Amino acid sequence: MKKYTDSGKKDTRSGFGAGLTALGKSNENVVALCADLTGSLKMDEFKENHPDRFFQVGIAEANMIGMAAGMTIGGKIPFTGTFANFSTGRVYDQIRQSVAYSGKNVKICASHAGVTLGEDGATHQILEDIGLMKMLPGMTVINTCDYNQTKAATLAIAEHDGPVYLRFGRPKVANFTPEDQTFEIGKAVQLQEGNDVTLVATGHLVWEALQAAETLNEQGISAAVINIHTIKPLDSEAILKSVRKTGCIVTAEEHNFLGGLGESVARELAESTPTPQEFVATKDTFGESGTPEQLMEKYGLNADAIVKAALKVIARK
Amino acid sequence: MSDSKHLQDLVTQVRRDILRQVHKVNSGHPGGSLGCAEFFVALYQKLMDRNDSFSMDGKGEDLFFLSNGHISPVFYSVLARSGYFPVEELNTFRLLDSRLQGHPTTHEGLPGIRVASGSLGQGISVAIGAAQTKKLNNDSHLIYTLCGDGELQEGQNWEAIMYAAGNGIDNLIVTIDLNGQQIDGSTENVLPLGNVKGKFEAFGWDVLEIKKGNDLDAVIEGMQEAKERTGKNKPVCVLLHTVMGHGVDFMMHTHAWHGKAPNDEQLETGLAQNPETMGDY
Repeated sequence: MKKYTDSGKKDTRSGFGAGLTALGKSNENVVALCADLTGSLKMDEFKENHPDRFFQVGIAEANMIGMAAGMTIGGKIPFTGTFANFSTGRVYDQIRQSVAYSGKNVKICASHAGVTLGEDGATHQILEDIGLMKMLPGMTVINTCDYNQTKAATLAIAEHDGPVYLRFGRPKVANFTPEDQTFEIGKAVQLQEGNDVTLVATGHLVWEALQAAETLNEQGISAAVINIHTIKPLDSEAILKSVRKTGCIVTAEEHNFLGGLGESVARELAESTPTPQEFVATKDTFGESGTPEQLMEKYGLNADAIVKAALKVIARK
Repeated sequence: MSDSKHLQDLVTQVRRDILRQVHKVNSGHPGGSLGCAEFFVALYQKLMDRNDSFSMDGKGEDLFFLSNGHISPVFYSVLARSGYFPVEELNTFRLLDSRLQGHPTTHEGLPGIRVASGSLGQGISVAIGAAQTKKLNNDSHLIYTLCGDGELQEGQNWEAIMYAAGNGIDNLIVTIDLNGQQIDGSTENVLPLGNVKGKFEAFGWDVLEIKKGNDLDAVIEGMQEAKERTGKNKPVCVLLHTVMGHGVDFMMHTHAWHGKAPNDEQLETGLAQNPETMGDY
C-alpha cells in the first residue's frame, strides 16, 4: 500500500483563500465578490491586495450571483464567496438563468458545506448542494479533499472557461495531497490500487477512505481508493476500470445520498457494468448542531462507516 | 425623409412585427411589447453608442439588458431592424430550433443578447455587474436596462437597487416600464407598488420621469436627459409611463393582452391601425 501522511490539519477554505490570493497576483481579470463572509471564506488577503477588484455585496446573495454574471461581460472572471447553503439553494434560479443557461464564466465558491460546519446546525448545513449544481447543464462541480488540493483547484478553475461550483469546508482536516500538484478538472486520482473493493470518495471523506483502506488491509482485504474531486464531469473510466477488477464499490461523501456522487456513480455503473454499491452519505435527512467529529460519527461519514460499508458490499458480490 | 419621420415609421413597423410574431405562433406577450416600441427604437436608434458587429464582451460600446424578458417580440424586432440579424428571422419566433426563443437567451447565440431573461428580477443585478466591469476596464460607455413595473415585486431588485446606490454605480440607467398592468390585473390590485419614485430616491438614486412614454420625441428627450445625469456618483432611474398595448386600440389600458395573441381578425384590425412603413419581413 502507498503511505499517505497528514502534514498537519488545515481547513480547505484556507486553501481556497490561498489560491485566490495567488490568482490575484497572477491573473488581473480575476475579481472576487462576497456576501458579508469575507473572513469565513478567507478572502481578506485578496481584498487587501486588490481593493479595486473586491466587491462586498452585503447580505444579498441573489444580487451577488447576478452581478457576477454581468461582470463576465467585458472579460472579468468573478469568484463569488459565501457558505454552500447560500451559494446554491438560496440563489438557484439566479444561477440557473443568469449563469448556467447564459453560459457565464462565474466561479461559485462555497465554504461550510455539509454537516461539519458544526454547531450552527441544519439551517447552515447544506447536504443537497452537489445535487442542485450537478443537475444544471454545463455546470462543473468540484469538491476538494484537503487544503493543498483546494488551493490547486482554485487556480485551475480560473483557467477553465465556463461556470464552476467549487465546494469546500470549515473544519481542519488532514492535508495529505502534494503541495505542488497540478489540478486536472474531471480527472480522478487513484490513491490506492486494490482487488477486493473500490472505495470512491469526494471531499474530506477521501482521507477517511484512506484510513478505511488501511483497516481493511489489516483484515486481508485489498481496497482501491479513488479521489473523485470532480463530480461533474465524472471520470467514469477510472471508476469502471477499478470495479472491473474488484466487482463492488463504496461511494463516500458528505452529502445526501439522493443527488450526490453516489448516484452519479450508480448511474454510470447501471449503464455499463451493474455492480453492488453501498452509499456512505447522509440518508435523506437534515443535520443538527454538534462538533464535526460527533456529526461525522452520528451520520456515518467516517472511516468506520466506510469499513462497514466495504464489508457489506463485499458480502453482496 | 426626416430623421423624426423615419424613427416614427420604424416604431409603427415594430408594432406590426410584434403583432405578426405573436399571431403566427398564437403565443407571446404583445401588451408590454407594444407599450415599449418607442423606448426600444429611441434606445437603439438614437441613444446607444453601438459597435457595428456584435461581441459578447461589448467593449467600447453601450450595452442594454432586458430584465422583463417576456417582451421579447419588441426586443427581437428592434434588434433585427438595427442590423443584429436578418429581419426574416422574426418568422421563427418561438418555433422549434429557433434562435428567437420565447424569452431571450444567449444559448442559441442570437446576436444582441448578452444574458438570458424571463425569470423576473435579475436584470438590474446583471446590469450592475456589467457596469462594474466597464469601470474596471476604464470604458466610459453606459449600461442600460429595462424592467417591468410588476417586476419590482421581486426582492432581488431591491438588493440590486441598494447596492447600486451604495456603490455609486453612475454609469447605469435603469428604466422602469410603468404601465400599471401585470398578468393578474393592475399592479394596484395585484400588489400595489406604492410610490416608486420615492422608493428609488430613498435608496439614493437620481430619478426622472418620462410622462409620455409613447411619444417618441418625449422618450428621446427624457433619455438624453438621463444620459446627462450619469457620471455623478448616483445610479439613474427613468420612470417611463407607457400604456400597455399602445397603438392597437382594443389592446390598450388592460392587462388582458399581457400574454395573449390576437386571432386572424384581431390581427387585421391591429395591422390596419399600424400600416406597413418599412416592409414586412
